[in-house]
Amino acid sequence: MDILVCIKRIPDISGQITLDASGTDIDDSGLGHTASAHEECAVELAIQTAAATGGKVTVLTLGPAEAVEQLRAAVGVGANDGILIETEDPGAFGPEDIAQIIGDVIRDRAEGGQSFDLVLLGNDAADTGDFQVPIRLAYDLEYPVLTGIQTLSASAGSDSDSSGSSAGGSIEARGIGPAGTEIFSLELPAVIAVQEGGVDPRYPSITGRMKAKKARIAEYVAPEPGAGNPRIGLELPPDTANEVTILGEGPDAAGALVDVLEEIGVIRS
Amino acid sequence: MTLVFVETDENGEVALTSAEALTFARTNASALLPQLPDGAPDTSREVAAPPSGSTEAVVVGPLSEEAVGELSRLGVSRIHHLESADLEAYSAPAWAQAIVDIAPETGAVLASGTPRGMELMTHVAMRTGERMAANVVAADEEGLLRQVLGGAAFERLQLDGDLQVLTLAGHACNPEETTPTTPEILTHSPESAAEDLRTRVVRTEVETAADNDTSGLTQARAVVGAGRGVGSENGFGEVLELVDHLGGALGVSRVVTGLGWRPHSEQVGQTGSRITPDVYIACGISGAIQHMAGIEGAKTLIAINTDEESTMVQRADYAIIGDLHEVVGAVNEEIRSRRG
Amino acid sequence: MASIPTQASVVVVGAGIVGNSLVHHLAELGWRDIVQVDKGPLPNPGGSTGHASNFIFPVDHSREITDLTLDSVRQYKELGVFTQSGGFEVARTQERMQELRRRMASAKAWGIESHLVTPEEVVEKVPFLDPSVIVGAFWTPTVGVVDSVGAGTMMRESAQNKGALTVSPNTEVTGIDVENGAIARVHTTKGPIETDKILIACGVWSPRIAAMAGAAIPLTPAVHQMISVGPVPQLAEQTGEISFPIVRDMDTFCYERQHGSDMEIGSYAHRAILHEPDEIPSIEAAKLSPTEMPFTDDDFDPQLEQALELMPDVLSNPDVEIRYAINGLLSLTPDGAPILGESPEVKGLWSAAAVWVKEGPGVGRAVAEWMTNGCPEVDVQGADIARFHPHQRTRAHVQARTSEAFIKTYGIVHPGEQWNSDRNVRLSPMHEREKELGAVFFEVAGWERPQWYASNSPLLEEFGERVMDRTAEWDSRWWSPIINAEHLALRERAGLVDLSSFVIFDVFGPAALDAVQSIVLAQMDVSIGRVVYTPVLDETGGFRSDLTIMRLAHDRFRVVTGAAHGMVDVKWFADRLQETGAQIAELTSSWTTIGLWGPRARDILSQVTNADVSHEGFKFGTARTIEVGSLQVLASRISYVGDLGWELYIPMESGLRLWDVLTEAGTEKGLVPVGLGVYGTTGRIEKGYRAFGAELDSERSVIEVGMARPKVKSQSFVGRDAHLRHREEDPKAILCSLTVDDHTSASGEKRYMLGGEPIRSEDGQPLIDGHGHHAFVTSAGSAPSLGKHVLMAFLPPAEAVLGNQLIVVYMEEAYPVTVASIDATPLFDPSNESIRR
Repeated sequence: MDILVCIKRIPDISGQITLDASGTDIDDSGLGHTASAHEECAVELAIQTAAATGGKVTVLTLGPAEAVEQLRAAVGVGANDGILIETEDPGAFGPEDIAQIIGDVIRDRAEGGQSFDLVLLGNDAADTGDFQVPIRLAYDLEYPVLTGIQTLSASAGSDSDSSGSSAGGSIEARGIGPAGTEIFSLELPAVIAVQEGGVDPRYPSITGRMKAKKARIAEYVAPEPGAGNPRIGLELPPDTANEVTILGEGPDAAGALVDVLEEIGVIRS
Repeated sequence: MTLVFVETDENGEVALTSAEALTFARTNASALLPQLPDGAPDTSREVAAPPSGSTEAVVVGPLSEEAVGELSRLGVSRIHHLESADLEAYSAPAWAQAIVDIAPETGAVLASGTPRGMELMTHVAMRTGERMAANVVAADEEGLLRQVLGGAAFERLQLDGDLQVLTLAGHACNPEETTPTTPEILTHSPESAAEDLRTRVVRTEVETAADNDTSGLTQARAVVGAGRGVGSENGFGEVLELVDHLGGALGVSRVVTGLGWRPHSEQVGQTGSRITPDVYIACGISGAIQHMAGIEGAKTLIAINTDEESTMVQRADYAIIGDLHEVVGAVNEEIRSRRG
Repeated sequence: MASIPTQASVVVVGAGIVGNSLVHHLAELGWRDIVQVDKGPLPNPGGSTGHASNFIFPVDHSREITDLTLDSVRQYKELGVFTQSGGFEVARTQERMQELRRRMASAKAWGIESHLVTPEEVVEKVPFLDPSVIVGAFWTPTVGVVDSVGAGTMMRESAQNKGALTVSPNTEVTGIDVENGAIARVHTTKGPIETDKILIACGVWSPRIAAMAGAAIPLTPAVHQMISVGPVPQLAEQTGEISFPIVRDMDTFCYERQHGSDMEIGSYAHRAILHEPDEIPSIEAAKLSPTEMPFTDDDFDPQLEQALELMPDVLSNPDVEIRYAINGLLSLTPDGAPILGESPEVKGLWSAAAVWVKEGPGVGRAVAEWMTNGCPEVDVQGADIARFHPHQRTRAHVQARTSEAFIKTYGIVHPGEQWNSDRNVRLSPMHEREKELGAVFFEVAGWERPQWYASNSPLLEEFGERVMDRTAEWDSRWWSPIINAEHLALRERAGLVDLSSFVIFDVFGPAALDAVQSIVLAQMDVSIGRVVYTPVLDETGGFRSDLTIMRLAHDRFRVVTGAAHGMVDVKWFADRLQETGAQIAELTSSWTTIGLWGPRARDILSQVTNADVSHEGFKFGTARTIEVGSLQVLASRISYVGDLGWELYIPMESGLRLWDVLTEAGTEKGLVPVGLGVYGTTGRIEKGYRAFGAELDSERSVIEVGMARPKVKSQSFVGRDAHLRHREEDPKAILCSLTVDDHTSASGEKRYMLGGEPIRSEDGQPLIDGHGHHAFVTSAGSAPSLGKHVLMAFLPPAEAVLGNQLIVVYMEEAYPVTVASIDATPLFDPSNESIRR
């Protein structure tokens, strides 16, 4: 099963953020960059699924030239190759544009003989949190789509033969619903948005990283945005310093701590 | 008109998040209407029936009397009750199409920012040709404000369509009841296109106690962390007892595994496991950055430490200043005594 | 949250290894009311200590750094946080093996056990290393790792337990008030603290804090990349933090260090990545700590490949994952040395910055002693913050030099190696002439100084064998036989030397005599026009400097000292003048100096002046102004090359005219321009003249270097009591000159030592002096007049016997040497006839 995973280069934020001069984006000058946790899980699921079915994993991103780092990071943990759709200003694109552009590239690859049985994305991007690209992409491709999926298992019979054809097959997907784990069975090709928590993304090995360095990256140039980004600007919430509640000193404070644990509801009855 | 997708819980009651969404719809009615260039509400295309600013609810599946009562108290003028064989099992496109069929041409469709809400509103936006805004926290004449970056920042944006499709961020507004209405209940039994049923839930597995084994470090709801302060390989007695009381897992700092006191599999931090428990109790861990990186995801952080100025205490939600052996011992005793 | 004291004897900024060590040692030395602040939390406030790799290789080519490291190891051991692992420095190339042989020389010179070993011997201790990749290694069994955060915590607590220290973490310095040039108070986020001393020990942030007081700490934050991979099964089988030796892969500028079940790989191979102190992320905004910057994969990729070559068995395992990767920040300085001591810019502003974990506790002790007694026990003058000339404190200079130096961290650095960056900053008025003469410029303190002149190459033929040419590439790198030819031309005819780089300052005013008298050893109550060469001592009787002083008037003395150390001398004098009321004025940029020496110097000078320059009319050791055409020249009859002649002082703008006048008059008398190769090495070494920083430092007494005068002046001066005591004691070491008897190496090639080599007994035993120091070569150079290669070394008194046969070990081969002088008696012209003719 050949799988495409769409990822996005985002600033690696863990603490306080500051805005850039334009007020429409965060200042990422001192920050590292990464892909969202959802996307790292999507890559992991793709690698596992491809390994189980004898397929390949391609990672795709729309972003600046530097976003090739995120593609290489994915190759470093086991993806096979990458596609970079380059733009200097990723913030100019709205979810409609991004879905459209990815759809066009997928069709272009298909014409070139590279078709994907499964397209995985993160449930939402950790920076913009739009929650839309997977579904919009699925409509564009006319594929079925699931969101919030945590694990995948390729059903029997979906093992690719060596020709790696993308014809048919199905996949079982699981995600957390309101009443428990929901199981879906999906005919391929399909789009699936992955929610973190089902798998632990692996770290790269040294040999993986060296493979990543030599990874084949196909390059496209992003067209001008269509619908564009509806963003007017960003605002930061007021500073709220962490206020620790001191429950007390020494063993006498044990009761207060147990109260807290009971309130959280983690004490086994 | 604003149409709100309402979720109910296993008892048939309106979910808290949906109550928030209904309150938001009611109290922000005018802001949620599409704006004319001069800022005046656009009434020209308003169809006869519902007055602009009214709130309608859509419920899929069983509709209990309790829910109707609550919706009434939340000021809902009309309840669309969708019930059909095709909608029995959840399939996002099918549910979304059913919502689209009853959505106004002008106004807003809104859900709370739950996984269902997000998914359905995106499908609704696709099917109505609109844009969508996720995790909105406020609406006014200038547009919408929504959470981005996991709540670290807010984005101001404008949706330019006739129909505003959005989800409301959790806790963005408090549920408030109003003068009860007498909602009209309209029942719909739509049939879904086969294509929209491809993504139907095949089955749901309700977690049993056996499935709910949270002893694994990364799955545990409660993790007790222990650092060098434990003192020796044999000093983990109290800590392990607390782990047992909580049905949780033990996590240790890099120093502890470095000293060979505990296996690497128990290490939490940058080079160990990253954990996301409901509560992390750090016992005698000062809070090396390497370690902090692994516990960012903990919802509540409790520190037991002799040093009030340590990183762990400074970053914690709750702290007890004192020797970990004494404090953890007392906590265990307290739990035992409360159990009786 | 605890409030902060409103007063302190000293505010220590920084709770890394340096700040923690400092508060401990200050408390030990009796300081009380110390306040230590750090903007970060404890025990790891987020500076460079927190992500240090914490290993210590004791052998460094610098003795000063080695001393600090050895003291630090002692302290770490006392605290129980040192784990000995042993360490290899492996060589992949023959060139590196030569460097490791040179490292053996340093190990032996400093008395540290090390061995050269075969690849197979490395594999015995590190079984997962591929021996086919390396050609040999340098093994130091005493290499180890420390817990620097733990050590710091214990040191802080020891000061707290004495009641000497208040620690205030999560407290940021927001401003510093300076009143009348001195520290008055420190503002923090928890309130102001009245104090007259601030000690800046906050690593990469130090420049930022110093700037609040208008002072410079010229360092830059720079990236050192490190990754941690694991879990490695071969390591996980072992318990404890470290059970395999640390491996430094010298040719790839990387190290591999076990940390529990992980392997840390660090690199100094990447491009220099510099940051600005003001742009380091805040604690709140940093993903990890502020000094653990986002990793840049591309810079590290080549190192991964090389690490994989060296340790394929552990690193090619797909389960061994890259778990942690940082661009860690550390501090780099333009000359690589730490920045210690009181700022020359603001009284009471002390710096202890650009210090590595391996030196932290030693630096803490040294600076605490310095603050308490005025001088540390270990010599740290090479690290004195006062050493920087103005241009060296600029951001551009710091960036240029650190960018160039970064790759040299594990590089093979020749002792004569010159900088490429930020050159041509200070040019003498004769510079254009010198360029025309094909001068090869070496740089000191920004000055471009001719080391030798290509125009003198015809002299090579004239002097033939006597120029003592060198065939070995290493011995002749940054060297030319022309130096020796220039030397012979000066000795036989005359030479002209550009000495513009001298640091010159005047001490003047009614109190000038008393002031100078109280600072230097020599009698300064001399007649006007006398020139006095004198040691300057510290309170322990060790050398602070050696310099010459001209008495120009009853109330004016002109001090002339070297470029490298001159700024430190300026501060030393200025600090001690304050109480006397005498004034000081630095004149370095006002005066250029041209040296004219050689048997024909008088003939040449008398041709251009009507002044009486005869031996009787212009006595040795005197100075006076003479007219050279329309120029007024301050002529001073002294010599550091040991020949008849003068130092001629002239305003900068007239230097070129004087040079041209002398050249024109001298050419037919055989006058040649002579470079600093002669002035700095060959001329002085055959005369037995000592050089500050080589033979003279704060650990050496006047007696040991053979410079005691018959009497000690009755007036008090700094170090007098200690000096009197030294005169009563038997010296613990004696500075000797030795000649190399045979230069032939095993390969038949003649080899010439460059300095730093161990001196041993004929049977190869180390010679240990009364200080516990091993004998090593402090200076080495050709003595062309003697046809010998001369070495200087401190020997145990029993070995300091004329004619004593010893060996010098160079590149791991022994060469016979003979003790030729055991005091200051020159090997060339022992009765100094050349000077006094």
